Amino acid sequence: MRRLLYLLPLVLFVVLAGYFSLSLGEGSRELPSALIDKPAPDFVLPPLRTGDAVSLAGLRGQVTVVNFFASWCVPCRLEHPMLMRLANQDRISIVGIAYKDRPQDAQKLLDDAGDPYSRVGLDESGRTGIDFGVYGVPETYVIDKEGRIRRRFVGPLTPDAVAKELLPLLRRLRQP
Amino acid sequence: MIVECGHFALILALFVALAQSTVPLAGAARGNAGWMELARSSALLQFLLIALAFGALMEAYAVSDFSVINVVENSHSDKPLLYKVTGVWSNHEGSMLLWVFMLSLCGAAVGAFSNHLPPALRARVLAVQGMIGVGFLLFILLTSNPFLRASPAPSDGQGMNPVLQDPGLAFHPPFLYLGYVGFSVAFSFAVAALIEGRVDPAWARWVRPWSLASWCALTIGIAMGSWWSYYTLGWGGWWFWDPVENASLMPWIVGTALIHSSIVVEKRDTLKSWTVLLAIVTFSLSLVGTFLVRSGVLTSVHAFATDPARGAFILLLLVVAIGGSLTLYAMRAPALGGGGLFAPLSREGALVLNNLLLACGAATVFVGTLYPLFLDAVGGPKISVGFPFFDQTFVPLMVPLLLAVGPGSMLAWKRGDLLGVLQRLWAAFGFAIAVVLGAFYVTHGGPVLAVLGLGLAAWIFGAAATELAERLRLFRPPLAGVLRRAANLPRASWGMTFAHMGLAITVAGVSASAFESETINVLQPGESLTVAGYTLRLQGVERHRGPNYLYDEATIAVDRDGRQVALMHPERRTFPLQRQSTTEVAIRTNLLADLYVATGDPDAGGGWTIRAYYKPLVPWIWIGAVIMALGGITSLSDRRWRVGLPSRKAKSRAAAPVGPVAG
Repeated sequence: MRRLLYLLPLVLFVVLAGYFSLSLGEGSRELPSALIDKPAPDFVLPPLRTGDAVSLAGLRGQVTVVNFFASWCVPCRLEHPMLMRLANQDRISIVGIAYKDRPQDAQKLLDDAGDPYSRVGLDESGRTGIDFGVYGVPETYVIDKEGRIRRRFVGPLTPDAVAKELLPLLRRLRQP
Repeated sequence: MIVECGHFALILALFVALAQSTVPLAGAARGNAGWMELARSSALLQFLLIALAFGALMEAYAVSDFSVINVVENSHSDKPLLYKVTGVWSNHEGSMLLWVFMLSLCGAAVGAFSNHLPPALRARVLAVQGMIGVGFLLFILLTSNPFLRASPAPSDGQGMNPVLQDPGLAFHPPFLYLGYVGFSVAFSFAVAALIEGRVDPAWARWVRPWSLASWCALTIGIAMGSWWSYYTLGWGGWWFWDPVENASLMPWIVGTALIHSSIVVEKRDTLKSWTVLLAIVTFSLSLVGTFLVRSGVLTSVHAFATDPARGAFILLLLVVAIGGSLTLYAMRAPALGGGGLFAPLSREGALVLNNLLLACGAATVFVGTLYPLFLDAVGGPKISVGFPFFDQTFVPLMVPLLLAVGPGSMLAWKRGDLLGVLQRLWAAFGFAIAVVLGAFYVTHGGPVLAVLGLGLAAWIFGAAATELAERLRLFRPPLAGVLRRAANLPRASWGMTFAHMGLAITVAGVSASAFESETINVLQPGESLTVAGYTLRLQGVERHRGPNYLYDEATIAVDRDGRQVALMHPERRTFPLQRQSTTEVAIRTNLLADLYVATGDPDAGGGWTIRAYYKPLVPWIWIGAVIMALGGITSLSDRRWRVGLPSRKAKSRAAAPVGPVAG
């Protein structure tokens, strides 16, 4: 019985190592979000370009990808070509939210690197980011037709995450 | 060419480490003295080779050699030289090189300062040290090589994350790593002892200086990191329970338990298997910390490299190192045997309580850090824990520990007299009550828990002072006698007093952070705000040019009772290369409280967001940490580590292990 006690640390470690090896896989970009399957936080943001305000209400009835980005964020630039491909090849409508960014900087980024977004809202104060629980830019959320958050991607979208998770999820959500 | 030499030296170091981890082990098993001696020379050679590699990378950074990918990605010719050099470890590859550099430094130090060790033990310790080296050198060479060339070489680099261009952060990783890696020595000693099947007071005395030194380095490293986040992140927080912070806190907590439990092994020859386990766990947690930061299992604001391939490699390393050592532990520890018996109320008993509470505390932090992801892995709901979790679990565990620090350190060995000790502590108790009442009066009945925290700090401090006064017989003249006793008191004893007083000071600083006041306002030049009786008037904001950034410097006049007491200059720096800005806060401190001012973004109308905080006792958090580390260093200078080092007595095996061994 006493010997079993000495085995305990090893047993605990084996459980832990098993868990580590599981979380190394595809789920590793996923941060827990309290908002999964909950209604997305309401937002009304001034648009970067002319037009109506960018708001949650305006996204009802369609599956939307919301991408938080900023011109000052290096990983966002890394992610940018992926967003361009999603917009141009996969015809996905992405709503951009310029997080804590100046309008002219955000505009310059889109002029330089291309504009993958159907609409861009300006979140200069970072308030909407806080409501969504943004940990750092870039972050990407999938919002379904009912306005609920279905998935959160933290950090740049990788080709792997897009092919294995984002696109299948969008296909599933779009089915009536 | 120099870069290739560095790369080549690193490859050579791998082969030397391979030799170091095998030949001496075989020598120790066969009693071949020559094979055993190889351990020391190879440890030294491994250190020299890795130092060469590290120097080569440093040279590439210093001269901005942009034909090296690692330099291109993390440096820029405009950067001040200091940050070019510290840029070496501001990135994944370079910081791993720093890691093995520290590891080989520890190995070489063990080789150099181990003349008194039995040759077989020394050979085994260094062999285990070599194995760790093999693992990490392979990791660097196979997945994170900092010496790769860029072809064609770009004309300039991509620069370094501006947030990292700060003196505090520049020297934070070396200390942290020295702490992490230093515990590898305790680990190697533990594994060697398990191989030999023998732990005795002599062993504890050999291990203790190494764990103390690592503990000091880790204490300073953590304090520096916390101080850095206090003055750079711009909103005055100093601890965030961020996964990366927790990764450094866990080895510190268990390491603290280790330096306490090894006293029991040394003095009383008991708690052996527990101490060995602590040595293994401390270093394992350092490894897990490295894994968590590097692998992307946890995403964090601090983590600057996340790559699943590297994660898989580190996981493999973890399984071999931790799994291997724990297997050895399960096989050999039951035979280690116990030593002297003791009553629950005794110095040993107090140290067991210390160990249990610290171990539970570390487990809490561990669970809090990993639970959200663990729940996710088994398909549970997604949650995140933060301050509320740690406040409700970690803090209640620490309160009894802090209560017991004073009386525990005054109990006698074997059988203590708690009532007697408490009677001797009447002055400390009175001091604590006075502090509580005083704090209530000054803060007009401020947060009760924080006030009690201050009382707790006073209790620890008072008890440490009482213990010292008793040893010196302070109130028994003549003064010359007191001074003589002070000079003769072992340094280890002074070290304990300092460390416990430092702890008290830190506890006071942490508790008092509940009393801070804060004002946030948008100010036009000429307007003012008030915080805690100070009036801060924004005089103006000017734009200047720094070495590789532009900065808006605000000038803020601070008035108190109508008299100007200071001019403060918080800055907002914009790094054009990375299009990123950082906040340089202005802090005015009198060591009892900080006045802390940060500027935010300008608004469209020419106003500036000014955040002002008044933080009582906050500097004490780091002052206390430095005093704790000084306590450790004082204890390290104790002459018993240098003179009369123990030789092993013929061993008598006791029948059954005694003491808490449950994990």
